[in-house]
Amino acid sequence: MTTAATVAAAPAARATAQRRKGAALGVVAWLAGILFFLPIAWMALTSFHSEAAAATNPPSLAASLTLDGYRDFFGVGGGASPWPSLINSAVASVASTLLVLVLALPAAYALSIRRVRKWTDVLFFFLSTKMLPVVAGLLPIYLFAKNTGMLDNIWLLVILYTSMNLPIAVWMMQSFLAEVPVAVIEAAQIDGARLPVVLSRVVAPIAAPGIAATALICFIFSWNELLFARVLTGVVAETAPVFLTGFITSQGLFLAKVCAASLVISLPVLAAGFAAQDKLVQGLSLGAVK
Amino acid sequence: MTATTTAPLTTAAPRTAQGARRLHAWVTRAPLLPALVFMIIVTQLPFVATLVISFFDWNALYPRARHFTGLANYSDVLTQADLRKSVLTTIVLTVAVVLVSLVIGLGLALLLDRRFRGRGIVRTLLIAPFLVVPVAAALLWKHVLYNPEYGLFNGLLHWIGGNGAPQPDWVSNTPLLAVEASLVWQWTPFMMLILLAGLQSRDPELLEAARMDGAGSWQIFRHMTLPHLRRYLELGVLLGSIYIVQNFDAVFTITSGGLGTANLPYTVYQTFYQAHENGLASAAGVLVVIGSIIIATLALRVVSSLFREEVSRA
Repeated sequence: MTTAATVAAAPAARATAQRRKGAALGVVAWLAGILFFLPIAWMALTSFHSEAAAATNPPSLAASLTLDGYRDFFGVGGGASPWPSLINSAVASVASTLLVLVLALPAAYALSIRRVRKWTDVLFFFLSTKMLPVVAGLLPIYLFAKNTGMLDNIWLLVILYTSMNLPIAVWMMQSFLAEVPVAVIEAAQIDGARLPVVLSRVVAPIAAPGIAATALICFIFSWNELLFARVLTGVVAETAPVFLTGFITSQGLFLAKVCAASLVISLPVLAAGFAAQDKLVQGLSLGAVK
Repeated sequence: MTATTTAPLTTAAPRTAQGARRLHAWVTRAPLLPALVFMIIVTQLPFVATLVISFFDWNALYPRARHFTGLANYSDVLTQADLRKSVLTTIVLTVAVVLVSLVIGLGLALLLDRRFRGRGIVRTLLIAPFLVVPVAAALLWKHVLYNPEYGLFNGLLHWIGGNGAPQPDWVSNTPLLAVEASLVWQWTPFMMLILLAGLQSRDPELLEAARMDGAGSWQIFRHMTLPHLRRYLELGVLLGSIYIVQNFDAVFTITSGGLGTANLPYTVYQTFYQAHENGLASAAGVLVVIGSIIIATLALRVVSSLFREEVSRA
């Protein structure tokens, strides 16, 4: 009797201990999450403080909230307006993402559904170009732009951002298109469906979420880019990250304004990133991790 | 568009078998060509140009004096103290950021691999730093956290320690560490995501069997999880290295390359954009490429081994 009881009690006790340990680790995970998010939360809070309240030491948590930082950033009370740079960034990111899709979709088709010979070699050529650092071609591109009058032209950035993202897109999309079962495509073709119909009715519905995630990731990388934009643009084609570099040197009390600017300019990336959350790893690891 | 022609092609009886096959190969290849040609023109040609320029003594302010100097620029890069320092800085920065964010990322991935209340929210909170525009993140660290007078770090010190609390000038005292900390904050989520994907690709039945056989958590971690994670760790190290070797935004924003934090990308930028030394900048650029190729060769090997496994499993 007693032995049976202890035998029964031991796993129960172990289960309780396990549960307690699990709960403790859950708390640790929560603390880590909050710690990592704290700078962003602080940035958001500071952006709603007045400049005077933002610059106190120790920090004033309970200061009254105001939109002055945002008004300042958008140049309401004079100062440079960020809108041209935001529009430039939007044009560069959206146009290059569209161009990437136009180039990458057919390429991914030829690397997954109707495969060319040595398709893995081609795939790895694309990957290897991603590993060529930006500085490897920066100077010739600058000289080329200067001599052809393409300097300070947003379409030059569109071309460069396309080349920056194309390898990622090809890799991601070939892995998404490869998930479309060949049998389904063949069945549709036997039923007499022509290629455009097969693509729009069979392939697209299966691959659409992947294509959307690819587009979001390309958008993020283009929106974030600084080095090309800094070197190749000036007054006209300045992008949002270049606008942000105007805040590198302190300008008196400007913390709320910096926070508002950083937050507004990061918003599109945060939105795109959370929308693509599930496919983020696959994109960042160039399709190597699912 | 081009591929529509393949349908009649495959059904039609080939008159000249060889010609048809060759045509068919080109029709298959056609969708690939625009992307391939685009990449070669936009990425490979400029690099060849960089390579050529690196053999010239060429200051943009004195274009007439341009002449061939062989390997002189390379020996300059490797012997000039500040350029050599930037090679070292690049290595230190990359190794430190990659390793620290990998270790923290592993810890976070292990925490997130368990089931607990609000796991999705915590995951989202942890990913957020990676989704702040890099320049904005650098500004956040430089002004909002590090500022000696009103930054959050010194504010917290003041709060905890009262009026006598130390108020260090973080960026001036430890410039490289300041850059590294901001990069670790941004890159830890990246490592966590890759390692979490690795953890979740483990076979749950195998883990259950080990647990039934009485294996403890440490034993499971040491003998099952770590070996399984090895290639994901390698992938994190290599991809992280490729991205961080190229880092420009944090160095440019937080220290403007001063106080011994100039890495190679920043030095290349400064050498041609401010000092107009085209030849020297190109040589430094080529060196970055050589460094990247060494890392990239290893990275490609890891990616291709994961990839082949994926293909053979499919």
